[in-house]
Amino acid sequence: MISEFIKKIQSGEIDVVEHTNKVLEQTHNLNNEFHHLNIISEELALSQAHKLKKAPKGRLAGLPISVKDSIIVKDVESRGGSKILSGYKPLFNATVINKLQAEGAIIIGKNAQDAFGFGSFSTNVGLDLQTPLNPNDKTRACGGSSGGSAGLTKAATFPHTSLGESTGGSIVAPASFCGVYGLCPTYGRISRNGLMAYGNSLDKIGPMATSPEDLALILEIISGHDKLESTSLNNPVPDFTKEITNTTKLKVGIISETVGEGTDPAIADNIQAIASKLNATKVSLPTTHKYGVPTYMLLATSEASTNLAKYCGMRYGQHEKLEGSFNDYFTKVRSKYFNEETKRRIIIGTFARMAGFRDAFYLKATKVRTKIIEEYKKLYKTYDILISPTMPIVAPTFKEIEQLTPLQNYMMDIMTVGPNLAGLPHINIPSGTHNNMPIGLLATSNHLEESKLLQLAHQLKNG
Amino acid sequence: MNVDEDLLRNVAKLARLKLTKEETITFLPQLNEVLDVFSKLEEVNTDNTKSSFQPVPLKNALREDKPTVCNTQEEVLKLTDHKKDGYFKGPKAV
Repeated sequence: MISEFIKKIQSGEIDVVEHTNKVLEQTHNLNNEFHHLNIISEELALSQAHKLKKAPKGRLAGLPISVKDSIIVKDVESRGGSKILSGYKPLFNATVINKLQAEGAIIIGKNAQDAFGFGSFSTNVGLDLQTPLNPNDKTRACGGSSGGSAGLTKAATFPHTSLGESTGGSIVAPASFCGVYGLCPTYGRISRNGLMAYGNSLDKIGPMATSPEDLALILEIISGHDKLESTSLNNPVPDFTKEITNTTKLKVGIISETVGEGTDPAIADNIQAIASKLNATKVSLPTTHKYGVPTYMLLATSEASTNLAKYCGMRYGQHEKLEGSFNDYFTKVRSKYFNEETKRRIIIGTFARMAGFRDAFYLKATKVRTKIIEEYKKLYKTYDILISPTMPIVAPTFKEIEQLTPLQNYMMDIMTVGPNLAGLPHINIPSGTHNNMPIGLLATSNHLEESKLLQLAHQLKNG
Repeated sequence: MNVDEDLLRNVAKLARLKLTKEETITFLPQLNEVLDVFSKLEEVNTDNTKSSFQPVPLKNALREDKPTVCNTQEEVLKLTDHKKDGYFKGPKAV
């Protein structure tokens, strides 16, 4: 837990500058081996440490935190994992960065990810970036798209937490593959100001850590209304660090479709054993399970295809010589610097919004999304929490991933797209291993009920 | 659903992307496979179902209509190679 470390920084028992220097050295060593960071923000980290040494205050005093590349940090190259943004140094901080820094956190770098969040394995990195490796087995993927965040959280030999971002499962999937805790909050609980948009009706920032108590602390600090963000919810932020120890009995349902065909039997057995301990009842989410992935992909790619229109080589990031018409120039820059998966998703999204196809694809998906939200809401009248495996398999090898078609890639998110479409908070809880690789349990609660997820994680961890 | 090469090129053009021959050959069957599966949404009865453009209902999320401090023209232009006389310089419009 990070709380003991923070107390030592606050009391001066640990020198924050010396500690930060050591952390940066260890981070460089780890990054040479695992590639969890696109950039190490050494200058920023040391300048924060020197300031903190004079006044070691704040609930996160001296804590090293890494953040997904798509969360912007002032004056630190922020590429969202894509070559098209090489050289882009933002003029302002994301709201979450301001909140972390105000509590004394030290930003050590930007985590590797699938470009713009387009992937389940962090293998779709930008054209000049390295793929992060799973710290449990370097022949396997970290998961995506916040792969570097989960990987470094697992590998770090020093007190550390990370921020990831989820559109369709990008916090819990890599958390499951790497064996750490990851919490995706209710849509709107945490400000998206300063987050590069993938699908703006789906994107959420959330913490990753090695304990549920650390998650609770970070969540409490970065949550809350932000007048700079129009979808930010104006609801009170609970005292998550206290509510995590609540001993109220939770009523749990296990989603029956997720422990049958398509799920590795060893994973299904692991989750069902935990369900038995929790006296969970079998429940069903048929529409979500059958239509969740197509609904998610149509909405996410439609939104992405418009959100990425701004990357055109004029105002920031990569530039080319100004030649030809607007369309010629933009086409040249985008075709040169977007990777293959980015192009594929832009094309799917553009197609889904085109005249003649919009009603059958995009608008239909917005209506099926309503059905999916209704399906979950009905179950939350009876249950506090719904559980399933987070991923149907353990982290695959890179060779196995190469054999997958795009459709097979997209289907990997079958467990995680439901809560993301419905904007529901969800958490990955490490629940065991299979062939020495981590298994994750996915728990989902009703809107604004993150406390119940933390409570379950705390209870399972402490037996 | 059958997307042919002409339709794929048209979609790419709208998205300001120029696909190489190799990309076209790769994407075409993939796109058809993906859209075939996505078409299964037709099976869901959505009569009288409203669209959800957000997962959590939002109402009147507007800030007060008052000027606020934001990035200066000078700061913003530092990020680009293409500028002239305090403005962005773009490709020819006509």
